[in-house]
Amino acid sequence: MNIRSIGLILHRELKSYFSSLIAYVVIVMFLLITGYFFYNLLATFSVISFQAQVNPMLAKQYQLLNINETVVRPLFGNISIIMLLMTPLLTMRLISEEKKSGTMELLLTFPVKDIDVVLGKYLACLVVFLVMILLTTTYPILLLILGEPEIMPMITGYLGLILLGAAFISLGIFTSSLTENQIVAASMSFGILFFFWLISYSVPFVSPAFGQILSYLSINEHIASLAKGVLDTEDIIYYLCFIVLFLFLTLRSLESKRW
Amino acid sequence: MIDVENLTKDYGDHRALDDISFSVEKGEILGFLGPNGAGKTTTMRILTCYSPPTKGKVMVAGHDCFEDSLNARRKIGYLPERVPLYEDMRVDEYLSFVAKIKGMPSRDTKHKVVRIMDDCGLSDVSRKMINSISRGYRQRVGIAQALVNDPEVLVLDEPTVGLDPKQIKEIRSLIKELAGKHTVILSTHILPEVSLLCNRVIIINKGKLVAVDTPENLTSGNLPRVFLRIGGDVVDVEKALAGLSGVKSAERELTASKDTCGFIVTFDNEKKARKNIHSMIDENSWDLIEIRPMEMSLEDVFIKLVTKESA
Repeated sequence: MNIRSIGLILHRELKSYFSSLIAYVVIVMFLLITGYFFYNLLATFSVISFQAQVNPMLAKQYQLLNINETVVRPLFGNISIIMLLMTPLLTMRLISEEKKSGTMELLLTFPVKDIDVVLGKYLACLVVFLVMILLTTTYPILLLILGEPEIMPMITGYLGLILLGAAFISLGIFTSSLTENQIVAASMSFGILFFFWLISYSVPFVSPAFGQILSYLSINEHIASLAKGVLDTEDIIYYLCFIVLFLFLTLRSLESKRW
Repeated sequence: MIDVENLTKDYGDHRALDDISFSVEKGEILGFLGPNGAGKTTTMRILTCYSPPTKGKVMVAGHDCFEDSLNARRKIGYLPERVPLYEDMRVDEYLSFVAKIKGMPSRDTKHKVVRIMDDCGLSDVSRKMINSISRGYRQRVGIAQALVNDPEVLVLDEPTVGLDPKQIKEIRSLIKELAGKHTVILSTHILPEVSLLCNRVIIINKGKLVAVDTPENLTSGNLPRVFLRIGGDVVDVEKALAGLSGVKSAERELTASKDTCGFIVTFDNEKKARKNIHSMIDENSWDLIEIRPMEMSLEDVFIKLVTKESA
């Protein structure tokens, strides 16, 4: 590993993201959609609050009047779904484009290690993702100004989103390394991400032991507890393993293309 | 500088390179010839440490391309056939990226990039995006990126393909200047280029080494030939030529017009034949329209070697 090479590749990729407008378009779309969800969640909450004022019976259903439960948690749920739809669009070009144009051949004859190439590209995409996700902090900040939500679940929730995004990107860069075609790369990451997302649906229909494995593998089971404000090392380890596994597979796939 | 020993490369069942050995001295320009699909690009990819050989050993500037790949790669500048460049970068930006990633210290980069752009005639387009410059400039950017860190070995895969004649001339003189300081391997299927630029030629066909020699040695040792155009009846001239002593063979050339006929005449005794042709024309009162020597070109050697191999 060579920090300078990683930095150079990261820098080049970032420039490419922003000069090709991909980053701007994806970020703007992401903010529009999540902003729309946020607006509607907040509107629903304020309607319920008004009704609770005139109908004390409703106010007893304490759950509904907790801003963390009715706005923040569903918002994190929505953001993670939109992330699932948006990150493959960010990752699909990372390696496949260079393979198609032939620049990968030249890049791999430069004195850089394959791992530097993979990490540089991965981190560049992660930076774009972080810019995107940090811009959404305007929503919770608005809540903090207007109301009194609990802060801890928001912080762990964001930690969860960042880990989730980092995991999505590691899978995306892997599928991008498998093909020269960006559409194929994106389709594969959608497919595999949805698989990891929906895997927990089968839990009730299989044996308990197998069910436990499935729910452990499920990528969104782990974000649920983080969104509630529970910081569990098991969840963090899950995401880190996911990231390392797919970065490793990317590296192998890159090496195998040389043969 | 470069040592290739028993290089073999398989792609699945297909053997792309079959037991190739050669070496290149420091400062030499080596031409790599072969028909399409002969294994030129495969060899270059192995030399540049992009893909490992199935069998055999490749040493570049004292480093094994497979085991000591990073150090070998530091000594190599490579221009792939397709000239892959990052389209979304400016020329100067791209060259400084390449310089840095090849390990050049940042403080030297700026100075070096300006100089290399000057050498390669890129100063006019230095601020332009790579996707907006012409084919000729792209090729030069490709060569500039290969040269930017002063590598000892340059591997150029068809460096003049797709350029106009003026650009070809410029690129050739650029390559010629590089000899001595750098060791150059260039592949091409333009044959005059090889005789013009290279000290030595390697001809490969279907993954096998067919010949390694200097262009001069490859073309010498053949019988002298002339092209002869005579104003007279084709049949008569052909008959007369066939009976001439000193002439080995006379082939009819199809470009002849109505009153003239052309022949490619091969001599086995040049002195005698020239005299005899002269008197033959005199006797028959034909007109001598054209007589010019035809050197056995590298092209002929190439075609002879390649077709012999496949026959």
